[in-house]
Amino acid sequence: MPKNVSIKKVLVIGSGPIVIGQAAEFDYSGAQACQALREDGIETVLVNSNPATIMTDKEVADKVYIEPMSIDYLEKIISKELPDSILAGMGGQTGLNLAVELNDKGILDKYNIKVIGTAIEAIKQGEDRESFRTLMQELGQPIIKSKIVDSIDAGVSFAKEIGYPVVVRPAYTLGGTGGGIAEDKEELKQILAGGLQLSRVGQVLLEKSIKGWKEIEYEVMRDSKGNCITVCNMENLDPVGVHTGDSIVIAPSQTLSDYEYHMLRKASLDIIDAIGIVGGCNVQLALNPESFEYAIIEINPRVSRSSALASKATGYPIAKVSAKLALGYALDEIENAVTKKTKACFEPTLDYCVIKIPKWPFDKFRRAKKTLGTKMMATGEVMAIGNTFEAALLKAVRSLEIGQYALYHKKASSRSLDELKRRVTIPDDERLFDLAELIRRNYRVDKICKITGMDAFYLNKIKGIVEQEEKLRESDLKDISRDWLYTLKQKGFSDRAIADFIQCSPMEIYHLRKAYHIETVFKMVDTCGGEFEAVSPYYYSTYDIYDEVDVSDNKKVMVIGSGPIRIGQGIEFDYCSVHSILALKKAGIETIIVNNNPETVSTDFNIADKLYFEPLTEEDVLNIIEKEKPEGVILQFGGQTAIKLAKFLQAMQVPILGTSPDKIDEAEDRERFDALMEKLNISRPKGKAVWSLEEGLIQANHLGYPVLVRPSYVLGGQGMEITYNKVELENYLIQAFERDQKNPVLIDRYLLGREIEVDAIYDGEDILIPGIMEHLERAGVHSGDSISIYPPVHISLEIKNNIYDITKRLASALSIKGMINIQYILYDHEIFIIEVNPRSSRTVPYLSKVTGVPMIELATRAILGERIKDMGYGVGIYKESEKVSVKVPVFSTQKLPEVEVSLGPEMKSTGEVLGVGRNFLEALFKGFVGSGMILPTKKGTILVMLKPADQKAFIPIAKQWIALGYTFAATEGTARVLIENNIEVKVVKKISEGVPNVLDLIRSGLVDLVINTPTKANDTTRDGFRIRRAAIEASVPILTSLDTANGLLDILSSGLDSHQTEVYCL
Amino acid sequence: MKAKLILENGTIFEGNAFGYVKETVGEVVFNTGMTGYQEILTDPSYYGQMVTMTYPLIGNYGLNLDDSESDKVKVRGLIVREKCSFPSNWRCEFELDDYLKENRVIGLEGLDTRALTKTIRNKGTMRGIITVRDLTESQIQLKLNSYTNKNAVREVSIKEKKVIEGQGIHIAIIDFGIKNSIVNAFIKRGCKLTVFPATVTAEEILAVKPDGVFLSNGPGDPKDVETIHEIRKLLGKKPITGICLGHQLLALALGGDTEKLKFGHRGTNHPVKDLVNDKIMITSQNHGYVVKNSTLPEDVEITHMSLNDDTIEGIRHKAYPIYSVQFHPEACPGPFDADTVLDEIIDSMQP
Repeated sequence: MPKNVSIKKVLVIGSGPIVIGQAAEFDYSGAQACQALREDGIETVLVNSNPATIMTDKEVADKVYIEPMSIDYLEKIISKELPDSILAGMGGQTGLNLAVELNDKGILDKYNIKVIGTAIEAIKQGEDRESFRTLMQELGQPIIKSKIVDSIDAGVSFAKEIGYPVVVRPAYTLGGTGGGIAEDKEELKQILAGGLQLSRVGQVLLEKSIKGWKEIEYEVMRDSKGNCITVCNMENLDPVGVHTGDSIVIAPSQTLSDYEYHMLRKASLDIIDAIGIVGGCNVQLALNPESFEYAIIEINPRVSRSSALASKATGYPIAKVSAKLALGYALDEIENAVTKKTKACFEPTLDYCVIKIPKWPFDKFRRAKKTLGTKMMATGEVMAIGNTFEAALLKAVRSLEIGQYALYHKKASSRSLDELKRRVTIPDDERLFDLAELIRRNYRVDKICKITGMDAFYLNKIKGIVEQEEKLRESDLKDISRDWLYTLKQKGFSDRAIADFIQCSPMEIYHLRKAYHIETVFKMVDTCGGEFEAVSPYYYSTYDIYDEVDVSDNKKVMVIGSGPIRIGQGIEFDYCSVHSILALKKAGIETIIVNNNPETVSTDFNIADKLYFEPLTEEDVLNIIEKEKPEGVILQFGGQTAIKLAKFLQAMQVPILGTSPDKIDEAEDRERFDALMEKLNISRPKGKAVWSLEEGLIQANHLGYPVLVRPSYVLGGQGMEITYNKVELENYLIQAFERDQKNPVLIDRYLLGREIEVDAIYDGEDILIPGIMEHLERAGVHSGDSISIYPPVHISLEIKNNIYDITKRLASALSIKGMINIQYILYDHEIFIIEVNPRSSRTVPYLSKVTGVPMIELATRAILGERIKDMGYGVGIYKESEKVSVKVPVFSTQKLPEVEVSLGPEMKSTGEVLGVGRNFLEALFKGFVGSGMILPTKKGTILVMLKPADQKAFIPIAKQWIALGYTFAATEGTARVLIENNIEVKVVKKISEGVPNVLDLIRSGLVDLVINTPTKANDTTRDGFRIRRAAIEASVPILTSLDTANGLLDILSSGLDSHQTEVYCL
Repeated sequence: MKAKLILENGTIFEGNAFGYVKETVGEVVFNTGMTGYQEILTDPSYYGQMVTMTYPLIGNYGLNLDDSESDKVKVRGLIVREKCSFPSNWRCEFELDDYLKENRVIGLEGLDTRALTKTIRNKGTMRGIITVRDLTESQIQLKLNSYTNKNAVREVSIKEKKVIEGQGIHIAIIDFGIKNSIVNAFIKRGCKLTVFPATVTAEEILAVKPDGVFLSNGPGDPKDVETIHEIRKLLGKKPITGICLGHQLLALALGGDTEKLKFGHRGTNHPVKDLVNDKIMITSQNHGYVVKNSTLPEDVEITHMSLNDDTIEGIRHKAYPIYSVQFHPEACPGPFDADTVLDEIIDSMQP
């Protein structure tokens, strides 16, 4: 029973698709909140458009709606479900904004719904810059000199008053989108133009720059009685100026004295008390490093990325407690789940150090402008726990999966001192390594502090690591004494790093460790610094005398997680890991999860029987295996991160459950796979692995252009391109071999056919295909970026049967145990295989939901030896659902300056939404709406620019658009073709033809849709690229594939609008 | 220099000595505060104790001349996982190692402080020796047995009466080892203070005609403090208030009893419920003894409770202006949540 008995049915709003600034952390918070509500017997209704989440599982809430996150659809759900309350603060900024909008539009009043948790008025006071400033003045809390402006002129004149540099922050946007620091008037005008447009209320905040101040965050809680506590404070390694989501963050603060710590703590609590927060809140402050002067930067009156981090850093479940507080409980009425003795009003104390490092998408977007500033660019993050600062830092570095096991960085080492000095003052993703390199070259630490604003404490710690690295470089294996090795291990050095410096193999260090009896020990995360006995099964590794983890005699299985969220390996894999754990638990097996991502559900210590928060490297994982001695390890649910451990673990004689490492290799190794296809007589686009430019060109001539090229062993199509001629191919190959000489480049014939995707479960004899999916876009667009349709609408029964047959033969040949994912192309009535993944894929969560087949559970049971035919879902192709589901990708390109927008073989999307409908059109409509696309209004203007190959195909389509009342605008080339075909078009100047040109047209808001199929992607100087960027930055919908445009046309011709669509409970 | 901590139950933790290296015996306790090591080192309530910090990185922001709670380091020894050799803070004036050297106190670093903390938590507070040499079993016993903290209060109390002028009420403070922050909190509120040594008599106090009497914090077992008899004489004659040891002494004087806690409350994250105002405060605490529940006379009511273990954190007399708290409303180290308790203390002494 809730404390407040009038609460019986609660609507929980999720955060929608994963975008930069809003990632898996809200799946974690939403899932926790639902669990907390249901514990109290409350009926929960959950809305989220993101199907890849745990929170949208049927088991999480009583009613789950995977529906667009818009007011229209929320009202439909509300009118159907009639909840008495709404919980707003769990779905990030999206959830909060929607709740405010529901309130402002009178919908909450209309249905008599109360807001539980922080009240709308309080949310507004915290979020609205002006009222927040007023409140701070009333409270006597210092703020940075600033002003809200709603025009460029007003901004420029205020900046003149306070002096440059000035910081621009738009109101109500995600992750600071549209903000920036302007050094001069010109830059200010540019940033203001974007920021004003992006802000939901057309306002931005201009403020005096406080560059160099320390950035400190407090995660605080308040109950409805006014009791306040701090869960955790955190210090950013990067001073004010870099978005906290892009900063390296340390918990707890290291350089604040007790007085400073409590001065800022008091400020934070005074603020949330005055605002009347009920639940969790994040307070960001800036502290002058030379005095007690501080300023409040902002607050987030909800759970956040930082609160997820703080929860994992301390063991205090902020979202869960927030949900309980919303039900009317006081902090002393909620039990601390970790100690079972203390209460939720106990402030956690840490006896270790936690470091978070963001994971940036620059490996995928090599041409992006990487400079970090007030706009967040990271897609995910890793967290590491150590009882030395050094160990936490080095663990976090190797968790990033960027090939770094130490601070020595090859690229940084090749930079000149001048360059390094310049680079450390303009932060990007490599700054940590640049700092280390600068210190390595004996540059003064105090001077680095001065030019970067970083605290000397951290730089001296980095210096300590660098000194050890250099000492190692001058040593041999025989120089490494027990004491030294022990010290190195305590400081977090990996075997691999030590080995690299002294030029031996990591195994030699491993054996030396064993010979010296240096064993990893594990400590508990217990919220209380050991003061009370804790029951939380949450551990981290260290090198010490005493290990405090008890190992049971139970049968146990370890599941390897998928690490940080990145493009190509997102929240879907966390979903899979979690479900595998749940299935194992159901089978009565003790479960162990290893992961390093603080945002996720898998690292909630309630999920597995034991959680090891550790890097997912060979050494770190092996240490846990040696400790726990599980019956086996499951790799196939943790994406490529887990799969790539297969060979090593097998070599170490660790039993791997599921498909064998040799067969995994057979599926991933190009030549072995080709041989297998040959043997099985399965077609695949002709192609070959080439090792040199010459070989590549010969091969391409042999296949015929265009050819699809990509490096082998990659994730999410990284570096994959379609090259149409010799010059393009040459450029590609030269660059590819420059980057990596050890691996070949794959060259395939490029088939423009229909892509089909299958996820299947195989037990060694029978196969279950829960669903066949078809892509709206033809081959050439990465499967993760395609609109995916289930059940397929264009595939005949015969083809389906063929696909079943091939899938089964392949699964059998690869001796699959568990999941397999296959991508096919249907070209000229023939089925070709493009890719096989001997693991779970990103479509599994959505397919599990729409088919009702618990795929991960079944796969896990198959791995454990059960037969599919005994599982109750039959074998073969599972019956198709009556409803149609369309998965639509969602992109964050708006947040990444100078990143290519157009779709291609390299994956770009960060998230996805699902549209569910009675038929394809309804589903697609809802998918588009859910993805945030503003559908062009009737009689709108469409700007078209097509590559020559597409122009002819567009003519019939164009006529349909015209018939619907749309008008076209185009630059010369495309316009000529349209005119020749008697289609009316307004000719627009190209960029080079003077003003007003096509860019001005887009920026002026006169274009409702851009259809642009690019001739050449990724070239920042070309018109097409600039036009696409302009469209994205002006929030004009842009389609870069004619297939997508056709889909949109189908919807518009049908005249469908949101009133005619329905909402469906899962 | 290699050194070790030998606990009275025989457990040995090896580490390295720093600070002023000398063999030291003391009562080993732990503090869970993540900051505040300077305040802890100089807090007279720790007299005779060796303090383990549960947070592993200590000394990060250095030490200065402003944040001390008394004239010098009062702990017998400081035990940390890692001392910081490159402190960084704009007010940093000393490095931890040098500060301990200057104060002739030993430090021990590089040991598994979490394991030590858990040992104390499970086995209770113990005596221990920090030494750099090998000791025989009998040497260890001799050394441990030599330890006594019975005179702690006398050691840390002011030697002679001191007057601090002020415009507000006049408080007679009995100094059992008072923290600077408490004195400063009274000064900030305009009080006139007469600070007496712990050996003071009731008559001497009444002679200065104070508005109220304040019993300070301090080290050791309250039952070792003879001043209880003098306090008893003051009951009903003057308003009496107290913090920490002062609170325990007041309870004893009122006829209540005290007992030793297994491992004490030492940290800055202790939730306390104000039963009168139904409000939770996070408090700074440092006590090894506690007022025993159900031993208090009927005319004394409990005003504050620990939300961790339900022990008494504050009492008030129903008839007389008598009020005391177990926790440290003056913070330093710790949160300022209970700042208003200082106002309540002063209010209850208003004439």
